[in-house]
Amino acid sequence: MPTFTYGDLSIEVDEDGFMQEPEQWNEEVAKALATTEGVDELTDEHWKVVNYLREYYLQFGVAPMIRKLCKETGFNLKKIYELFPSGPAKGACKVAGLPKPTGCV
Amino acid sequence: MAEKSPQELLQIDYRPPRRDWMDPSIDFEARRGTWSYPAAPKNLEYLGFPNPREWSPTDEDWKLPDNWQEIIHQGLKDRLERFRSLKVFMDICVRCGACADKCHFFIGSGDPKNMPVLRAELLRSIYRRDFTTTGKILGRLAGGRELTAEVLKEWYYYFYQCTECRRCSVFCPYGIDTAEITMIARELLNLVGLNINWVMEPVANCDRTGNHLGIQPHTFKDNIEFLCDELADITGIKISPSINRKGAEVLFIVPSADYFADPGIFTFMGYLLLFEHIGLDYTLSAYASEGGNFGLFTSHETIKRLNYKMYAEAKRLGVRWILGGECGHMWRVVHQYMDTLNGPADFLEVPRSPVTGTVFENAASTKMTHICEFTADLIANGKLRLDPSRNDHRRVTFHDSCNPARAMGILEEPRHILRTVCNNFFEMPDNTIREQTFCCGGGAGLGNDENMEMRLRGGLPRANAVKFVHERHGVNLLTCICAIDRATLPPLVEYWVPGVEVSGVHELVGNALVMDGETRRTTDLRGEPLEGVADEPSPEAEEASHV
Repeated sequence: MPTFTYGDLSIEVDEDGFMQEPEQWNEEVAKALATTEGVDELTDEHWKVVNYLREYYLQFGVAPMIRKLCKETGFNLKKIYELFPSGPAKGACKVAGLPKPTGCV
Repeated sequence: MAEKSPQELLQIDYRPPRRDWMDPSIDFEARRGTWSYPAAPKNLEYLGFPNPREWSPTDEDWKLPDNWQEIIHQGLKDRLERFRSLKVFMDICVRCGACADKCHFFIGSGDPKNMPVLRAELLRSIYRRDFTTTGKILGRLAGGRELTAEVLKEWYYYFYQCTECRRCSVFCPYGIDTAEITMIARELLNLVGLNINWVMEPVANCDRTGNHLGIQPHTFKDNIEFLCDELADITGIKISPSINRKGAEVLFIVPSADYFADPGIFTFMGYLLLFEHIGLDYTLSAYASEGGNFGLFTSHETIKRLNYKMYAEAKRLGVRWILGGECGHMWRVVHQYMDTLNGPADFLEVPRSPVTGTVFENAASTKMTHICEFTADLIANGKLRLDPSRNDHRRVTFHDSCNPARAMGILEEPRHILRTVCNNFFEMPDNTIREQTFCCGGGAGLGNDENMEMRLRGGLPRANAVKFVHERHGVNLLTCICAIDRATLPPLVEYWVPGVEVSGVHELVGNALVMDGETRRTTDLRGEPLEGVADEPSPEAEEASHV
C-alpha cells in the first residue's frame, strides 16, 4: 500500500493517491492532499467545496452527484475545475478524503 | 487523460515482434497505461475470494499460493468437464485468422496477442499440453506450453485487455465465443487471486448494497428526489416515483450510474418523463438498484450471486414483470445466462405493455423487457406526443452498445426511437454498427483511468467512425444504450473527435415528450438552450442552467 507523507503527516493512499481510511481525514490532511493536486493554498472557495463534500459523504456514504455539488455550492463545473484542476471527482473528492467511485462511472 | 498525443498513439506498428510468441515476458513498468490495478484486499475479503493481499503487477513476486499451478490445472479440468462449449472452443479453432484484425485492441495497438485467435492460444496452449495426447507427447511441437509464472502474468495482461465485446465471434466461421474464453481465463485467474479492482470493488459493493457505487437506500432516495427537482425546474412537472412499493405492475431496474453520473442522469430523467407521460404503474427498488453485473467479468458463480437480487426483489414486491433500462452487459446476463443460473422466473408474467397490449413473447422466459423495445412499441402504436424539433440542436448518430446488439439483437428499436424523436439522425459506416459495432474500449471492467492508453487505443476504431460522421454530417451527439458507454465514450471522443457529446437514447425521448401541463421548454434536460428559443430564456431556465 503506498504511503503519502507531507511534513509530519503520513497516510495510506491507493495508487491514485486517494485516502484508504477516510475517517482519518482532517483539515491538515486536506491541505497536504491539496498539494498533490497542484493546489498550494486552500481558499474559502476551496473549503466551501471540500466542506460540502465532507458533510455529504458523512451523511450519505458516497460522493454527491456533480450536478448536486454545483447546485449546492453555487459553483458551475468550470469554476470547480478552476479550483481543482483534476475536476470534482478526481481532485476535489481526493482532497476531501472521499473514496474513488467505481463501476460504470 | 493519456500523456501521449493522438499523433503518437497513431504510430501503430503491425509487424509482429521477432521473439517467439510462446516465450512471454511482459514489462509492466514500461507498459503503464495499458493495464488495471489489482483488487484491493478488502474487496476480496468481503466476497470470500481467495488470496487477498497487497501486490502490484510491477512486483517480481505476485504472492501466489505455493500450489498455484495445481489450482489452475484443476480449475481448467473442472471447467472442461462442466462446459462442453469450452472443450469445443479449445479443440475446434483451425487458426484461420478471420478474427485476427476484427479486435479493436489489435487495430489500436498492433500487438499480435490482441488478435482474438492468439489471445485464445494463450489458454489453448496450456490446454494442449495438459489435456491432449499429442500435446502431452509432443509439447511445443504440438503447440503446447508449460504453465509458468511468466505465462500467468501474460494471462493477467491480455485477459484483462479484452472487453468481452464479441465482435470477433461474429466473424468466426465456427462461432467460437471468444468472450467465453476470456471469461474462463478470468475465472482461473480469480482462483489464485489475480483480479482487478475496477471489477472487484463494484462486485463487492453490489453484493453489499445492491449497486456498484455502494449507494445505500437513503442516498438512493435522495438522488432520485434531486433528479425529480431538476426535472420540475425544466418542465414544470413534479414527478414522485415510488421506491420499494409492493404491488406495482412493473419493477424498473437501471444501471446505477444513471442516477449518479453525467450524462446518465439525463437518460434517467427521460425514463421518468416517459413513465409519467403514459401513467405506468411502476416502482424503483433501492435493493435491485443496479442492472449491471460485474460478475460477468469475474465468474459464473458471481454472475449468479449478483443477478439473483433482481428476481428476489421482483418476487418480494409482487410485481408482474421487470422493465430494464439502458444498461449494456446486464442484457447479456439476462438474455443468455439468467434462465439457467437463477431461472425459471415462473412467479412473474410474460411482459405485456399496459398501454398498447403488446405481449413481449421474446421475454417469455426471463420476464424482463428492454426499455427500447417498450418505447419503440409505444411509438409504433402512436401513444406518445412528441416534438422532435426540441432535439434540433443535436445532430445524432447511434453507437450500438456491444451487448444489447450482439447478445440480444436490439438493433432496430433504438433507431426507430431516434428517427422519431429527432430530425437529424445519421448512421456511421456499415462495418462499424449493428452486429459489427466497435467496442467503446472500456467494457468488462477496463474503464478505469490507469488503463487510459489502452482504452484510447481500443476505442480508436469507434472514434474513427464517429469522426467520419462528425466531418461529413456535422454530428455532435453520440447516443448509446449502455452506462459503461456513457462513462467511457466522453473521454474517448474528447481525445479523438472533440466537439461531440455523448448521451443515452431516452434523454432525447425526454427532450421530445410533450407532457400535459408542462411549462414552455426553453432548455433541454441538460439545461442547454433549445434552438429558436435561445434568445428569450425564461427565468426558470436560467435557474436550471447552473452547470
